[in-house]
Amino acid sequence: MKVKYFAWVRERVGKAEETIEPPATVRTVEELIAWLSGQSEAYAYAFEKPKVIRTAIDHAHVKSDAVITGAREIAFFPPMTGG
Amino acid sequence: MTSPVATCPVTIRIQEDDFDIAREIAILTKSRTDIGAVVSFSGICRADEDSSKVAALTLEHYPGMAEDEIKRHADEAVSRWPLNGVTVIHRVGRFVPGQNIVLVLTASQHRQAAFQAAEFLMDYLKTNAPFWKKEESATGTGWVEAHARDDEATARWTKS
Repeated sequence: MKVKYFAWVRERVGKAEETIEPPATVRTVEELIAWLSGQSEAYAYAFEKPKVIRTAIDHAHVKSDAVITGAREIAFFPPMTGG
Repeated sequence: MTSPVATCPVTIRIQEDDFDIAREIAILTKSRTDIGAVVSFSGICRADEDSSKVAALTLEHYPGMAEDEIKRHADEAVSRWPLNGVTVIHRVGRFVPGQNIVLVLTASQHRQAAFQAAEFLMDYLKTNAPFWKKEESATGTGWVEAHARDDEATARWTKS
């Protein structure tokens, strides 16, 4: 699946997007964040406060218990500050 | 993108270029005799932010989702109020104080619906549309933090 990062999450991860293949045991947004955090210090830093991170699956906001199975694109970003 | 619904066209644009408010209102009201009220909200880059002077703001967005999210809320506004047209233009890029950032236009037969829908759209845009502001000031550069007051403003539109 494709993963995108925005604002300070992107800066901390060090890239804007990538394609990842998490193991099948990673089923929810929460579990994906935990799995990514274990991949490197950069991810651990980006996701150090997982409650602050907002997630979208296929362009729609989701909660941390959302199931990621079948998702084409998952995005992680800080609370929004547009307008 | 412009939806094909003739009675209430919804136009959503994300662009780097500035917008002309008078021109956008003229487009929204052209050849219409059913519109009695147009409410216009402009969001402008401001220099004073919590006692520090802002030199510039850079707006980043999530292409694709930003349009989709604004469209979802525009559609909800159309279903909640008797609207005759909605235009939302959000700029991205780097802005200095005084420059336009966002425009919301709502058209209706009477003013109440237009006022309420414009406020509803702005409240949701601030808290739910994927845009982020980075601020440059004399003390450095940093991401703007979300305000609880914006979440509270959005929460009041939730139907109980």
